[in-house]
This record gives sequence, structure tokens and C-alpha cells, in this order.
Amino acid sequence: MKKKEEIKLACTVVQQVEEICDKHGNKPGELINVLHECQALHGYLPEEMQRIIARKLGVPASKVYGVVTFYSFFTMTPKGKHPISVCLGTACYVRGSERLLEEIKRILNIEVGETTPDGKFSLDCLRCVGACGLAPVVMIGEHVYGRLDVKDIRQILETTAAQD
Amino acid sequence: MKILSINDLNNLRKRAQQALALREESSDTTSEQCCGLASGADHLQLLCCGGTGCKASNSHKIVDNLKAAIEENGIADKVEVITTGCFGFCEKGPIVKVIPDNTFYTQVKPEDAAEIVKEHIIGGRRVERLLYVDPKTNKTVSDSKHMDFYRKQMRIALRNCGLIDPENIEEYIARDGYQGIANALLNQTPEEVIEIIKASGLRGRGGAGFPTGMKWGFARGYEADEKYVVCNADEGDPGAFMDRSIMEGDPNSVIEAMTVCGYCINSHKGLIYIRAEYPLAVNRLKIAIQQAREYGLLGKKILGTDFDFDIEIRYGAGAFVCGEETALIHSMEGKRGEPTLKPPFPAEAGYNMKPTNVNNVETLANVPIILTKGADWFASIGTEKSKGTKVFALAGKINNVGLIEVPMGTTLREIIYDIGGGVKNGKEFKAVQTGGPSGGCLTQKHLDTPIDYEHLAASGSMMGSGGMIVMDEDDCMVSVAKFYLEFTCDESCGKCTPCRIGNKRMLEILTRITEGKGTMEDLDRLKELGEIIKDTALCGLGQTSPNPVLSTINNFWDEYVEHVKQHTCRAKQCKALVTYSIEASKCKGCGACARKCPANAIMGDIRKPHIINPFECIRCGMCKSNCRFDAISVY
Repeated sequence: MKKKEEIKLACTVVQQVEEICDKHGNKPGELINVLHECQALHGYLPEEMQRIIARKLGVPASKVYGVVTFYSFFTMTPKGKHPISVCLGTACYVRGSERLLEEIKRILNIEVGETTPDGKFSLDCLRCVGACGLAPVVMIGEHVYGRLDVKDIRQILETTAAQD
Repeated sequence: MKILSINDLNNLRKRAQQALALREESSDTTSEQCCGLASGADHLQLLCCGGTGCKASNSHKIVDNLKAAIEENGIADKVEVITTGCFGFCEKGPIVKVIPDNTFYTQVKPEDAAEIVKEHIIGGRRVERLLYVDPKTNKTVSDSKHMDFYRKQMRIALRNCGLIDPENIEEYIARDGYQGIANALLNQTPEEVIEIIKASGLRGRGGAGFPTGMKWGFARGYEADEKYVVCNADEGDPGAFMDRSIMEGDPNSVIEAMTVCGYCINSHKGLIYIRAEYPLAVNRLKIAIQQAREYGLLGKKILGTDFDFDIEIRYGAGAFVCGEETALIHSMEGKRGEPTLKPPFPAEAGYNMKPTNVNNVETLANVPIILTKGADWFASIGTEKSKGTKVFALAGKINNVGLIEVPMGTTLREIIYDIGGGVKNGKEFKAVQTGGPSGGCLTQKHLDTPIDYEHLAASGSMMGSGGMIVMDEDDCMVSVAKFYLEFTCDESCGKCTPCRIGNKRMLEILTRITEGKGTMEDLDRLKELGEIIKDTALCGLGQTSPNPVLSTINNFWDEYVEHVKQHTCRAKQCKALVTYSIEASKCKGCGACARKCPANAIMGDIRKPHIINPFECIRCGMCKSNCRFDAISVY
């Protein structure tokens, strides 16, 4: 007997995901657009959601998973309240962004791709936000912090955390 | 308003040109005088950069504050504020330009807005403190034309960036926009247009430099019920932002060029594949597409002819390999972006297995102006085999970071020292990396090499998309090579073995070298592996991925040998090979370093010289950046 899918997502989310698939005509070719919208809706793409999408578009769940993990924009872990992105574009790299990354990892005690246990911060790297004139650059949420030095990091994190 | 004929278009152009006249005219006058309402000007415009870089420095707030100040002073009928695309001089952003006197204010802050309005706009006096100071003469320069940064540039692809409002199609039309497609549809056959593009010598600006006209010719040659025009806007090279700036500053040029291409290859559907990480560019494109539809420049029966063409946006999701055209096509089909073997080329079997033509953004941005100004004009610029100009994103250890456009054949020296203003902080120039993760390093000896496709390839680098990262004596070339290889390993799609495993092995070797554990055999193995990967990888990404390593080995062999034999890193970048220590003579014993040291590796009594325990030190550099007496040395 086929094991029934175990879905723990809220009914409303399931419904919204199904609506997104319907909107795109449930076409397999629309998979990436569907994933973009689902991630915008829910913040990340948990396994259950991928199964729903697979069923709706009529493709194997393995294919959906393959696409989700192929592209760096898609994530299967929930982001923190303040997602941090350290720019590791070449311009920022030669102006010392790797040191900034080390410092953030050390202060928050998380690795790249992880979220702090209190859900406040998550840490990611990105390749070029295009503000190379401000290198090195760190983005927290929508805010771009430019021309940073290692010693500025603690202050910025503390101020951000204090916003809540 | 729907444009139904060439007459409609010309009427609209005339009307729109009047509105833009102030900006067009002023670009030719060298007005030394400052114009304000007090000095008799009756109409002024304030152009504010709305590119991603300046927005990150709150340029949208500057616009709000300028508008508020204008409103407050009751001069809204005489003064306009216009958000434009990128001016290019990102180092000095955000930029506000006053028209008609061309005053170029740099590093403007939102709180400066009121002063600009009160002093300059109303009073007719320049705000001196916001003017650019020429580092050579120490004098202020008010007109951008007289700045070294702009003097050697020639803006063709960027012709409208920083000049027009990208969210207003009429301003593009005023700049002869849509004249190219109008003339093509009404007076030229597709073959004739393709001949013009061929004769212009335009080559793909995305990397490899394939002749654009020839590409269009191939796509035209295949018969099918459906064909596609694809714009590759998946700019993935870290540190490059040419395409983004064009889409943000002049989206209509891309739309017009795609329509021209559609006419040439007999396609009715265009797709723009753009990175989802470029929200501003996506938004500006959407607005431009919507406006083009409203004006009848996209959709059914364009300009009253029988030609139909429309454009859709497709989102990338962050995969460098998707810049490769076959991978890009798979990604648009909703699949993993893995490349496939060519042939069949996309011109034969591309998107949905139909003939597809893929061009990069900058390539397309050149097309409309080639059609209006002619192939001969374009072919007169540049070198023998590389025509026109190239946009570069100049960044790294350089004084004037920004987006520049120069004729092909300009030397590296002109770019770095004249336009770029030299290396930052007076350090010594070491190398410039072109072509991103697929390119290589050019060094001192290449400074007088003319930059074009052939010369760059001959120097072991490549044009790539146009990232140009300047490095100084503080950059370790082994680390730089490792940085690029880490990028490639991250981005390798995993389909072919040489790229997936070969690069991984190369990265392991490089890591060993930066840790001081490398051997001379490792260096030979690096070269051997690199050559094999170049020969055997499936796609362009894989075949060019060893370039950063091979080119640094060629140009900086000594540095590699030092890492291996003497276990030293002359740039002091390889953590495992450096030691931090405190110079007792300079240390005042303030304890700032000890308090900041995350490893508690610094000991000492207050007001007495401190010392670093090398066994505890994690070489994070925290002490150095916190020492106010420059007492921490690294060797």
C-alpha cells in the first residue's frame, strides 16, 4: 500500500500553494516560477511543499527537489528574522569581506546557511549586490551596510537585534 | 497613446525632445556659470541616480527630500526631480546632477537636499562642499565632462544611462528610441538588417565574442512554426554589474533590440532571462514592457505593420552556469540549469527544441544605435577585429570604482590610471583580473596592451562579461586563485567529471598551498589538471574554470614557490603563514586589543607593552584593526 503523504503545513498554505500551481496551468515548465512564488509566500520550501508542487505539476518529487537544491536562491531552511547576506563578490572579497564573514560567524556562532536558535539571524553569502563602490558590503534584511571594517560588525548586530 | 505609424512616432519624438532639450543641450555647453532661479533660469532639472549602488546609499530619500524642499519653497512649477539610471561614478555616489549648468554633486546625503535647493536652485550658488575634488590638482570640478573619470570614456551602450528617466518611454523615444525598429520594419528586409549588424562588426559582449550578425543569420536559417529571441540577463560574474545597470537605466534599448532581432529571425516571442537577485532591474523592465505595449511598440501589428512581437520575463534562481546558453534554456524550461553538448546549437534546437537566438544585454543595447547611426559609424570605433566599445565594471583596489565604457583598444593603463584614478591608498598595482571566474590576471607587463577580444585571449585572460577587479600588493595571488576556484566548485553543475571532480582536486591542492603544506609536485599537478579540465570539460564554464589558476601560476610563479618552499605569503593574506605580534616600542598598553581579542590570546599589564600568544592567536586581525598606535605587525 502506498504510504500517505504526511503534510504538516497549515491548510491555508496548502491551498495557496495549490492555487499558485493552478495559476501557472500546472505546467511542468513553470516549475521555477512556481517555486519563486511559493518561496515568496512561505519564506522557504519545506519538503512537504515540494511534494504538493510535484503532485500538482505531475512531476516526480525528486525532480522538484533536484531543482530546489540546484539553485542557490531556493532554500529549504527558514530564514531568520534578520537575514544577513555577506557579499563575496570579487570586489568585496579583495576589500576584506571574508574577514567580516568570519567575525559574524564567530559572534553569532552559526555557519553559512544556518539560523540562530532564537530565529533572529540567518547567515548567507551572496555574489555581488552591485554596490561595489561601497565594498565590502553586508546586507541585513533590505539594508545595505557599506565600507565596513571587522570592528563595526558587533555594533551593527547589536543595533539590529535591539530593534525587536 | 498607441503609435500606429512612423508619423505618430516622429510626432511623439519631436514633442518628447522638447521636454528633454534642456538635458541634451546642456551636454554640449561648458557652462562655468551656475544657474539658479536667482540668476535668471526659468526651468531647472535635478537628475538623481536611482541605480542599485546609489540606492544602497539612500538616493531614493534624496529624491524625496529634494521634492519636499521644492514643494516647500513653492517652486514646483519650475524645478523637476528625475530619477535616472546609473551615472557610472559609483565611488562618488549618490550623485545629483543639476541641469542646465551640469553641476555634478557627489556623495550627496539625504540631509543635503534642502541646501542644494536653497543655495543652488534658488540662490544660484553652487554647494562647493559637494563638488568633486580632482585629486591631482586639488581643485573642485563642477562639470563631469572635465573629470578624468569621464574624459576618456565613450558611452554607446550606456548612452542613456544617467540621462533619461528609465520609467518613461517617451524620454527614450526622444533619444531616437524605436527609430531603428521603425526603419527596419518599414524600409528594410530582415536580411538587410542582418547585413548591417554583420557589417558593424558587433560581437557578443557576454564573454566569447561571437559575431552577432552571424548568430542572427543562423537562427534565421532554420524554419519552424515558433522561434524565440532570448535576452541573457543572468549576470553571474561576481563583481560585474554592466548588464544590470543597462536594464536599470535604459530598459527600452533592450526591448527595441529584441524586437529587431525578432523581425530578423522571424520570431514573435521574446524572453528575458534575468536574475531574481536584481529586483530593481526586473521592476524597470516590467514597467518598460508595459509602456511599450501601451504605446503599441510591443504586441500585435507593431507600428501599423503586420509584425507581432511580445516579451516575457523569466527568472533565474542563482546559478552561474545558467549564463551558458544551453543551461539557460534548460532553466527557462523549468529544469536544472545543466548545459548540453553543442551541436545542436540553440539556433537549431533551443527553447522547447525550437530555433532560439540568445544575446546578452550589452550586445542588445548596441543594436538600436547601430541601426540609427549606421554600421560604418560603429565599425569606425575600436580595433581591427573588435568593434565598438566595451562596458567594464571597475572595482577592487582602485580610487574610482564605477561603471565605465571605453572604445575597444583602450589600454589597461588608461583605464586604471586615467579613468580609474590609480590604485587606492597609493599602493602598488599588482594585477587586474578580467573575465571573472573564467578569466585571468593581467599584470604590470600588460599595462600597455590594448583591451580587445584578441589581446585579452593572447594574454591568458578573456573579455568575459566585463568585470575588472584591480588588486594591489596586499593581495595574495594564490588566495585569489583559490577564491575563484571556490566559486567554480560552488557553481559547477556537476554534470561532467572534469569540472565536478577536477576543480575540487585543484581546490584541495590550492588549499594545501595556502596552508604551507604544498609541494613542488603539487604545482606541476595543478598545471596538468588545469590543462586537462580545459580540454575535456563539457561547457564554457568548465573549460575556462582553470584560467584563474593557470594565469596566476604563469604570472606569479614566484609567489606560488614562496608559499611552497619558504612557507611565506608576501601579501600576508594566508592565515596559516602569518604571525601577529606587538611591537613593544609602539605599544602603550591601553589594552584595547586584549579586550577585543576573541581568542583571549593577548596578555599584559595595563600601561605596559602587551604580547600575543602565537599558539592561541587565530589571526583574525581584530587587534590590528582596533590598535590606535599601529603597534601590531604582521609578518
